[in-house]
Amino acid sequence: MDVSRRIVLHFPPTVTGQPVVYRLAKDFDLSFNILKASVSPGEEGLLVMELSGEQENYDKGIQYLTETGVKIQSLSQDVVRDEVRCTHCGACVNLCPTFAFSLEPKTRKVIFDHSKCVICGLCVKACPPRAMRLYF
Amino acid sequence: MSKTIAEINEKIKRGKAVVVTAEEVIDVAREKGSRQAAEEIDVVTTGTFSPMCSSGVFLNIGHSKPRIKLGGGKVYLNDIPVYTGLAAVDVFLGATALPEDDPRNKFYPGEFNYGGGHVIEELVAGKDIKLEVTAYGTDCYPRKKLETWITLQDINNAILFNVRNAYQNYEIGVNLSDRTIYTYMGVLKPNLGNANYCTSGQLSPLLNDPYYKVIGIGTKVFLGGGIGYVAWHGTQHNPNVLRTDKGMPKEPAGTLALIGDLKQMKPGWLVGTSMLGYGCTLTVGIGIPIPILSEEVLRYTMVSDADIFAPVIDYSEAYPQMKPDILGEVSYAELKSGHIKVQGKDVPTASLSSYPKAVEIANILKDWIKRGEFLLTEPVAPLPGAESGITFKPLKERPIEEQ
Repeated sequence: MDVSRRIVLHFPPTVTGQPVVYRLAKDFDLSFNILKASVSPGEEGLLVMELSGEQENYDKGIQYLTETGVKIQSLSQDVVRDEVRCTHCGACVNLCPTFAFSLEPKTRKVIFDHSKCVICGLCVKACPPRAMRLYF
Repeated sequence: MSKTIAEINEKIKRGKAVVVTAEEVIDVAREKGSRQAAEEIDVVTTGTFSPMCSSGVFLNIGHSKPRIKLGGGKVYLNDIPVYTGLAAVDVFLGATALPEDDPRNKFYPGEFNYGGGHVIEELVAGKDIKLEVTAYGTDCYPRKKLETWITLQDINNAILFNVRNAYQNYEIGVNLSDRTIYTYMGVLKPNLGNANYCTSGQLSPLLNDPYYKVIGIGTKVFLGGGIGYVAWHGTQHNPNVLRTDKGMPKEPAGTLALIGDLKQMKPGWLVGTSMLGYGCTLTVGIGIPIPILSEEVLRYTMVSDADIFAPVIDYSEAYPQMKPDILGEVSYAELKSGHIKVQGKDVPTASLSSYPKAVEIANILKDWIKRGEFLLTEPVAPLPGAESGITFKPLKERPIEEQ
């Protein structure tokens, strides 16, 4: 069974020098999509990513991360579209830095690809009917 | 070939009217030829769903016991100030009104999360609205304070009266400066980072009747999910602009003043709207039926996005400084491709006007007419055309000398 979760990794300074994410992919066959990263050698690092793979591998990967000293949290923020409030005007389409919004060519309805969202929050305030919500 | 509105109405009553949307008519008429299409089609329905700031509601809230005179006093609906310069219990709630304590752009860019447009949306949704009044008191209206909840259902009248809606064409906003700007045309990224436009193009009401041959004062329309009427030409109505060979204005031109009973309007078609760094407004859903009285009227409804051109304006300098410079003209077909070329640069486009909602409105109006629920009206007077001499003037400032 496949799982896909968004997690926040806190790296203690001792771990930031190690190729942790590389090993997640190589040893545990997990795919990752980095949403936000702030990792410098010798300092505490932060990595927000979506981690996907088979449940068994996912669990082993998480265990590996814990053993190396990485602190794991589930993602505490999320951007969600209120489908009732969205008027499909399209004002968000060219503002999103990661192109999470696109237009359905035939109907010109706005498609929100949640997996591309890096939760920067830019669309939240720029959405005229305030249909994009940031949850904590 | 010519038809009258009375003849079309007879067909509507019998459930026999042929109705297509302004999007559908393009292919139908190209296939059949405009002559045959004009004979077969009775009504073409248009639609638009955009922020329209010159919108608002006249409310008569009813007389309290003892009586209170709102006129000349201070009145708030959900903390939004309303205009009280009217009779005792009439007020006007404008779409762009803000709470007194809204920080505006003090914390730039201001968020403008709640304003007059949002109160209008909540009224239509049937929600409780907090009314707060302070009045000066008179012999016949002695009360000085009033705080109560009101709903749309309980008050006497709520008349949506928008003095400028349904702009015939509109500018495309871009930003030539090196910082992000926050405008009524949306967030414009620096150095031509994006381009925003704001009409429904080929579905837009007045672009399907460019010379106001059938839309006039008294025309019955879809307004905010209910019925409304064209009350007058809108403010800034400017018929005398440059046009293409097909009569399409190449810049903002005609406008409509619309009126309707808010009590029969529907949630979802009047939406409180926030423009980051600019203010609050109301997004209004409008649909106007075009009776196909002649082949000429039909030919105008065949307008497609490729025939509509709009000017590209720099909102960092040319717009605020009232400079006439335009950076070029592009068609709606180009705008809808997702990119336009401005000064040689490929600029991604976005719309502030919802095309899917415009399509939905045109289809709702089509259904109403097909089901015989919506009859057309004969205009009682035409909208002013180019011959009227109406122009759109800038403000002429004159110094005020101290006495």
